[in-house]
Amino acid sequence: MRREGSPFQGVGTVMVKELADNLSSARMLVLELLIVLTALAALYGAINNLKQTTAEDPFLLLRLFTVARAPLPSFVAILGFLIPLMAIGLGFDAVNGEHNRRTLSRVLAQPIYRDALLVGKFLAGLATLAISLTALWLMVIGLGLIFLGVPPGTEEIARSLAFLVIAIFYAGVWLSLAMLLSIVFRSPATAALVALGIWLLLTILWPMLAPAIAQAIAPPDPRYALLGLDSPDTAIWTLTLSRLSPNHLFGEAMLAVLSPSTRALGPVFIDQLRGALMGAPLPLSQSLLICWPQTVSLIAGTIVLFVAGYVVFQRQEVRA
Amino acid sequence: MSDPDSKAAPPATGSVIEARALTKTYGDANVVDAINFDIFRGEVFGLLGPNGAGKTTTILMMLGLTEISSGTVSVLGFNPARQPLQVKRRVGYLPDSVGFYDHLTAAENLAYTAKLMGLRPAERASRIKASLARVRLSEVADKRVGTFSRGMRQRLGLAEIIVKQAEVAILDEPTSGLDPQATLEFLGLIEELKKEGVTVLLSSHALDQVQRICDRVALFQAGHIVLMGPVTDLARQVLGAGFVVEVEADGAGLARRLATIPGVTNVEALAADRFRMTADRDVRPDAAYAVVGANGSLRKLSVDEPSLEAIYSRYFQNQTDNGGKRDAA
Repeated sequence: MRREGSPFQGVGTVMVKELADNLSSARMLVLELLIVLTALAALYGAINNLKQTTAEDPFLLLRLFTVARAPLPSFVAILGFLIPLMAIGLGFDAVNGEHNRRTLSRVLAQPIYRDALLVGKFLAGLATLAISLTALWLMVIGLGLIFLGVPPGTEEIARSLAFLVIAIFYAGVWLSLAMLLSIVFRSPATAALVALGIWLLLTILWPMLAPAIAQAIAPPDPRYALLGLDSPDTAIWTLTLSRLSPNHLFGEAMLAVLSPSTRALGPVFIDQLRGALMGAPLPLSQSLLICWPQTVSLIAGTIVLFVAGYVVFQRQEVRA
Repeated sequence: MSDPDSKAAPPATGSVIEARALTKTYGDANVVDAINFDIFRGEVFGLLGPNGAGKTTTILMMLGLTEISSGTVSVLGFNPARQPLQVKRRVGYLPDSVGFYDHLTAAENLAYTAKLMGLRPAERASRIKASLARVRLSEVADKRVGTFSRGMRQRLGLAEIIVKQAEVAILDEPTSGLDPQATLEFLGLIEELKKEGVTVLLSSHALDQVQRICDRVALFQAGHIVLMGPVTDLARQVLGAGFVVEVEADGAGLARRLATIPGVTNVEALAADRFRMTADRDVRPDAAYAVVGANGSLRKLSVDEPSLEAIYSRYFQNQTDNGGKRDAA
């Protein structure tokens, strides 16, 4: 049975309203402050490091993102950890909040489809994240200009833009997940707890669990162990399992984009590197090729999770 | 935004909503079981019945907010399952215990839904202003809805329907939880809508209110419409007659005299000088005449309007007396 009329009627209206709500909410302010302050601390460490060491580094700006000084992790690592928190904060009560406020049936009684509400909310969340991340990106470039005094080159800007795009899709995965949970669970508290649980699992526990599971699936070969090497099977399994976590995908993609000398993201045999000039930077296009699978995975994750939420939402009863 | 009203509704035949064998099934249970009804233009139609009888589900099916399991319903000539936007553009809905965005003001809340309706900015502002005035919320238009009482929220919900200039207003339990003053005010607003020619469909438990404003009612029970029609007709159907007249008077053979009045179906002696007559019309003048004719002195003569409450309780009482044979249906 076909429905008449456009499913996107009202998307713009919903998006503008939700964007305004997001940007003015206290919740968002707190999350932004948290990210900006930790990011500033990381950048401060990186800038101090860079001032002392490499004045002749051709990718000074990119180092700002990746250099870490103990005890703080690098700017990118902090983002990989905190972007999910921000996305979850935006999405965990997107739909069940409307249910609980009893606004859902009233809004859906207007001449729009449910699609418009869900798509509008998702786009508003993504736009909020994009605005925040772009602001952070500008902040990094600005601080780099002020404290390092070296204007960034075209390639550095291009690479940092790639960082921005990948970071937005990384946020998109978590936003989709949070919205899916907000559709499945009627209580926002449950949805938030489940989302945070998944976040902790994937960012903190999974990096520890993946090698353990890999060793159970493909036990390490004692011959390699004798030589102090990882067994290839175990290493591949570890990597495959790790890549189930969007956090890992984001980290790999960042490595490829922000460290131009990265040649491969998985285990390689020595003979595959024959003829390679180790440490020499790759051109941008090659770096993008390396991180392309990770980027596509993040985009696919965003879409798959959103579609799952969409399907559940379409079949859900409106009445409270 | 382009206007997608390419297909106009078929010419009005008088009925704005037609349901035929409308059914909603959850699992094995028929929540709404093959109901038929017509709602005519400009009338106030009441849906009555206990909780869980299928009233809200019926309403949601009319708006295309829940899937129809089988049967059809047409609203203003449109099929809500296929053309929900056309239906929702013309039908206003006030859900059971309506909610608003508490951090927005009354006017902002209306502006959001008015935008969703696709109204132009200038039109939007004037309609919102007018509708807030209609429901007497003008002075709190710029206050946050979070501070509103329940009665004010209900009126704001009605303002939304007025902004939409809906042809049909569907109100689900609009007066539940309101204090008597707020209830009266709200019923007055519904009557104003009716005067403007808006067809009103409301569901309620508050029988006396429904009786006051509804032209016709449908009584729901376990997914069926068990009774439908004007209240007086239902009274005749269920109570046996439309009017109950009580006479307090003395006089020789008064009971016999009263029983011979045309239209009286039953005379019950409550006491030596008190009689209750059931009749299909208002027989008070005849009763007074009979008392005078019997040389009696008339002390009290009163008529009970057929009350929906009596119909309702009598109906469900009959149901249990009959051993609930409808349960098998």
